[in-house]
Amino acid sequence: MLRIKNLRCYYGRIMAIKGVSLSVMEGEIISLIGANGAGKSTLLEAACGLLPSWKGEIDFQGNSLKGCDGPAIVRKGISLVPEGRLIFPPMSVTDNLKLGAYTRYRKRQHAEVARDLEMVIDLFPILRERANQPAGTLSGGEQQMLAIGRALMARPRLLALDEPSMGLAPLMVEKILDTLQLLKKEGLTILLVEQNAQAALKIADRGYVLETGKIVLQGNASDLLSDVEVKRAYLGKDYEEFYEGRD
Amino acid sequence: MRRLPPIGHIIFILAVLLTGFLIENTYYFQLLVFVGIHTLLALGLNMLMGYAGQISLGHAAFYGIGAYTTAILTATYGFSPWAALPCAVLLASAVAYVVGLPTLKLSGYYLGMGTLGFGMIGFIVFREWSSLTGGSSGFVGIPPLEIGPVSFYSGRSYFFLVWTVVLGIIILCRRLIDSRTGRALRSIHDSEKASRAIGVDTMALKLRVFVFSAAVAALAGFLYAHFVTFISPGTFDFLASVRMVTMVVIGGMASVWGALLGAFLLTLLPEWLHAFSEFEMVVYGLILMGVMIVLPRGLFRGLLDVFEGAREQTAKRSGGVNGR
Repeated sequence: MLRIKNLRCYYGRIMAIKGVSLSVMEGEIISLIGANGAGKSTLLEAACGLLPSWKGEIDFQGNSLKGCDGPAIVRKGISLVPEGRLIFPPMSVTDNLKLGAYTRYRKRQHAEVARDLEMVIDLFPILRERANQPAGTLSGGEQQMLAIGRALMARPRLLALDEPSMGLAPLMVEKILDTLQLLKKEGLTILLVEQNAQAALKIADRGYVLETGKIVLQGNASDLLSDVEVKRAYLGKDYEEFYEGRD
Repeated sequence: MRRLPPIGHIIFILAVLLTGFLIENTYYFQLLVFVGIHTLLALGLNMLMGYAGQISLGHAAFYGIGAYTTAILTATYGFSPWAALPCAVLLASAVAYVVGLPTLKLSGYYLGMGTLGFGMIGFIVFREWSSLTGGSSGFVGIPPLEIGPVSFYSGRSYFFLVWTVVLGIIILCRRLIDSRTGRALRSIHDSEKASRAIGVDTMALKLRVFVFSAAVAALAGFLYAHFVTFISPGTFDFLASVRMVTMVVIGGMASVWGALLGAFLLTLLPEWLHAFSEFEMVVYGLILMGVMIVLPRGLFRGLLDVFEGAREQTAKRSGGVNGR
């Protein structure tokens, strides 16, 4: 569905992504894990048209995304849940959700948009209680739900999430990940970028490990979960053994 | 099902009708016409500043384009003012589009500087292109407005004309704010990155609002030119742009009624302060500073907060009585 080949991104003269290739098949949950500054967000931003330029190839459903800006990519069917949620705090929860469907109003889809609004509110019932509240008054977890709901309002084929677990209580993280699994069952393809490797790999089909702009490991999520290297670097287990081994 | 017009609009219409029929003094009518024209300027700029979060320090140029276009077309070339109006608005919109295309890529201070430069150029063009604009001595002989047998020569009729236009623009702005476009505008104010992530073409939208505010400013310039029938470049200088920004900020950003209050205060204050003679500007500055210190979110928001606070107090007090 999404194919990235030899992607290179630059910030000025600094190369943030150094030739990354990955693929996402229809109906999969793919986890992209890596430490701070590995280039995860940059990669997502490139795929979602938020970077001014990149080199390499990105194909979505067989069409190149070269030269597409954010709005064009949303219309093609990729929605991003940005890092730090980036909801619109002074606007009501409903207005935030309606904004998610921004690209669809022009196509006279008012009725469908209203139906999707119901669907999203059914998915996150807490948003119904908060419907007229300014989004800024929501808790962190509720804001994350709102951000996901807003992305769903565009009716994406591929949902890209940038660190949805950031700053959330473990129970809330579980709730969010459960929702993603539910969405997968309904046929949505998901690209999940996470620092919380354990949680992300648990629900994923396959995973990629990104380190300083390169993919250093890839494979089935279950294999990656048991991989010593991954454990050492991201899961925090066997850390002592590693040190002992080196001494 | 049709919704009733909002209470604010009804109060507004009643207030306009009452003042229009109760006031007899020409001087007051003249002042209120200026308040109306300034309200238009503030309304347009408020869409850009308050909702889209972009600053412009060059809006006086669009105001001037509106005034000079209609002046030249009607007085020099003998156009009817009603034919000159669309020309004035279109010219200002076209200029805004061309100027906005490169400058709106900027933001914050840089956008301020860019538009400031544009405003200065506008002023210099009005002053130096004297064969067309009359130069610094001004442009004389702009005809007053007429619709069929109705001539807008008296203060009262012009008052009604201007305030009808203001009502129309208020309704237009409010409808725009509540629409899909308005939501997208407010989203740019909060986070440009997030609004691009949900598919808002922020650049195109900013450009559209910029053009809209320029068109409203040109409309105000048109009304101004046909009211005073004499225009000179000084009206459209850098200070005029600053005054517009001040009206929006003092009145309260992101509020249609705030723009109205801001225009009222900044137009009438200098008149009230004549009593202070040479200290006039000092007192003027102090009052503006005072407003921003006491009501940092602007007059409208500030007064609303005071009102709501008072209502809560009374509610609490009566609740206490019932409790006993």
